[in-house]
Amino acid sequence: MLRFTLYRVLHVIPTLIIISIISFFIIQLPPGDFLTTQIAALEAQGESLDPAQLEALRIRYGIGEPFWVQYWKWISNIVLHGDFGLSFQYQRPVADLISERLGLTVLLGLATLILTWVIALPAGVISAIRQHKAADYIISVLGFVALAVPNFLAALALAYIGFRFFGQSVGGLFSAEYVNAPWSFGRVLDLLEHLWIPVVVIALAGTAGIIRTTRANMLDELHKPYVTTARAKGLPEGRTIRKYPLRIALNPFVSTAGWNIPSIFDGEVIVATVLALGTTGPLLLGSLRSQDMYLAGGIILIIAVLTVIGTFISDLLLAAVDPRVRFGKA
Amino acid sequence: MAVSFLRARRRRKMAPVKAPRELAAVAVEPEEMSDPGAILDIQNLRTTFRTDEGEVNAVNDISLVVQRGRTTCIVGESGSGKSATARSIIQVVDNPGMVESGRILFRAEPEGPVHDIAALSETGDGIRSIRGSQIGLIFQEPMSSLSPVHTIGNQIAEVLELHTDLDETQIRERVIAELTAVGIPDPEERIDAYTFQLSGGMRQRAMIAMALIARPSLLIADEPTTALDVTTQAQILDLLADLKRDLSMTMIFITHDLGVVAEIADDVVVMRHGKVLETGPVEQIFHAPQHPYTKELLASLPQRESGTGATEPVREVPPRVEVSDAVEMSVRHDEPDVEPLLRIEGLRMEFDSVSGSMFSRGQKKRIVAVNDVSLQIAPGSTLGLVGESGCGKTTLGRCVMRAYRPTAGQIHYDDGGHAVDLATLSKKELRPYRRLIRMVFQDPYGSLNPRMTVREVIGEPLRAAGLAQGSELDDRVEAMLERVGLRRAMGSRYPHAFSGGERQRIGIARALITDPTLVVADEAVSALDVSVRTQILELLAELQQELGLTYLFISHDLSVVERVCDRVAVMYYGNLVEEGPAQSVFENPQHGYTQALLSAVPIPDPRLRGSRPRIVYRPEEAA
Repeated sequence: MLRFTLYRVLHVIPTLIIISIISFFIIQLPPGDFLTTQIAALEAQGESLDPAQLEALRIRYGIGEPFWVQYWKWISNIVLHGDFGLSFQYQRPVADLISERLGLTVLLGLATLILTWVIALPAGVISAIRQHKAADYIISVLGFVALAVPNFLAALALAYIGFRFFGQSVGGLFSAEYVNAPWSFGRVLDLLEHLWIPVVVIALAGTAGIIRTTRANMLDELHKPYVTTARAKGLPEGRTIRKYPLRIALNPFVSTAGWNIPSIFDGEVIVATVLALGTTGPLLLGSLRSQDMYLAGGIILIIAVLTVIGTFISDLLLAAVDPRVRFGKA
Repeated sequence: MAVSFLRARRRRKMAPVKAPRELAAVAVEPEEMSDPGAILDIQNLRTTFRTDEGEVNAVNDISLVVQRGRTTCIVGESGSGKSATARSIIQVVDNPGMVESGRILFRAEPEGPVHDIAALSETGDGIRSIRGSQIGLIFQEPMSSLSPVHTIGNQIAEVLELHTDLDETQIRERVIAELTAVGIPDPEERIDAYTFQLSGGMRQRAMIAMALIARPSLLIADEPTTALDVTTQAQILDLLADLKRDLSMTMIFITHDLGVVAEIADDVVVMRHGKVLETGPVEQIFHAPQHPYTKELLASLPQRESGTGATEPVREVPPRVEVSDAVEMSVRHDEPDVEPLLRIEGLRMEFDSVSGSMFSRGQKKRIVAVNDVSLQIAPGSTLGLVGESGCGKTTLGRCVMRAYRPTAGQIHYDDGGHAVDLATLSKKELRPYRRLIRMVFQDPYGSLNPRMTVREVIGEPLRAAGLAQGSELDDRVEAMLERVGLRRAMGSRYPHAFSGGERQRIGIARALITDPTLVVADEAVSALDVSVRTQILELLAELQQELGLTYLFISHDLSVVERVCDRVAVMYYGNLVEEGPAQSVFENPQHGYTQALLSAVPIPDPRLRGSRPRIVYRPEEAA
């Protein structure tokens, strides 16, 4: 196990290097750079910049330099000093911008993930056990409806309901009086009052896929002979299903569970934007639009690294859970 | 180990299942049992499967009595309802099946109360208190019947957790003792093994340990040896017989193999289409069968020891190879002037395998599947290639087909006077020989494309070889359909509309459509029921005579090989250990392994039970 872990860690390092190069390359792909976007914005307002001043800015941000030089400056500062560079738009360190949103982002992401699984896994299992019966059809229809309704629309609808019937303020994760207040019991309650809308919207949309996969996996496993063997021992039905087919049907989830780590971090850009949530999602969207390259690059890099780490964790989990993987028989 | 926390997780202690109230509700008077000595009395049982096409009676109003302390064999071909009957007893019929009506009177103790266990709820405590503790069940495929992600110890211990008050250490001791009792070596280690770390025979022993650990009074074994090699089957049958005697159990043994029945049964129940056709003591069933179907089943048995059975007259079409033929063939073969159709010399086939776990990777192993094998097949003859699973017989067949490129050696094929070494030809050079050497596969379900009509399936090799097209192709396909005993009009149907035997006829037609000289039949009849198997073997023999075909007949089933082959080659772990005329190999085997193999084949006559010593082959002793 230790050897395997080390081996996988060695695999992770080159992957991360390549990913960082690709993400840096991608954020530079659109024509122009932050300065040209800025100039265009200024010109649209009827102002103009002095070419000398422009040149000074270029040198300061290292914009004119070759790709590899820029990349090296960027990545070496991140790795060696934890310095993600400066956001052009906010004129603040990228690390600060991200870290001040991190808490809420992770809270939203985790709450969503847990709610998705708490709803979807039992629903999928019930759907399989009651195949072609009323419960199966009801669960499937609801799941598909939740999948098909656009997230932002559902978010708007729920926000409207919250406003119309519960008198909540629309948008954001806090009411006006708590936005800048220090943490208190009231602020936590206020946060929970606002948090449920995005969590429910994002979680429900994610359930359909998991319900269908769980259902299909369970249907494959439910009729396997080892389930009959378990029944023939005298095991109660519920325990039979939990211990045997469910355990095996969950393998695909374990093997992809790590992929959810990045999605915790990027936090559903559209819903977060519509509801004006203070998470990293809208920050990423804004930085991409204004070509704020160090901010965008920093966020994309973090998401990419989390993906790689998540996959790594999944591999370890799967090996821990499934002996066939551990002994190389599957 | 970093993962041991998962295994060491504390088991939740469950209270043993006891359901006096449920059982009291289904108690019946002992007089209602049709026989006081019976442990189980099935009365008018009907088990139905509700499908979209309507109800199917898998078990259709059957009644049978199982006598205490005896072994009752239920025999029948696939679809006869024998398995559904067994599962109905403890109500574990697969969905959508259910016990529709009838009574199953079960008397666990000789003078104890009688319960109608068919009246219990399928998921209630009543039936659960009987499952595993009073009635044990063993299934056919030990690999899929055990969970792949739990250790065998965990799965066996569960039975004791359910039905006894023992604590965790006591349970572990009992499991280790039980593993020892079923003959698993190093039980202290194997208790923590997963199923895929055990061989097929060991897995089935673990399954037996699981079924017996709570000391049930009745053991139901549902084809427990069908998936095993013949030598392993012999060991498992011996083990079951010993355990049954030591634990004074009653056993219901379900099988399609009459040889096994003759070996172990006291009483026999013959089933077909969900009905019981005939019941009686084994002696009576084998030597004075009443029902025509029983006679038919017995007739399909190969007769090794001639003169001991009363079944010869029933055989209508004798197999092609008579004893005189085989002798003649061997004489002819020994003469140097007969040029063999196929001459294999020093054939070796190696495979790379990445072995070990993913935690210790990088160890590539060379597996030698076929090791320096030399063989000859005379034109128009049949060479039987026998051996147990993993011995390399299929690999050898595929080398001849050139599905594999052999690592070393030659495969000389006599192409009308001049010999060609198939082993070294390139893919392009092989093309003309693709139509001359053809294959019939084992699985008549998996080897036909379900989305092609039978006409397309059979015509495809002709089209691929560019031998015929248009109406000429259709004519040849239809003629071939008739030749293999199907109707011309069947060509437009899809494979799913055919039975197993008919599908195998389609497979044969596909092999023969290009007028081949050599046909490799890899376990071509192994998946078929005995009566269908006989028909297919007869068809193969007829076609061989009419078309002058040469067969390489690969099979693990010695009785089939003896019946159809002129010469026999025996393989063991990639090596050819014995080769010779069929009769001499079967009657006077020279090699220790062949002797062991032959001694493990059940003799299909209860009178000869135990008359033959079991020979065990251990290579280190022979070497």
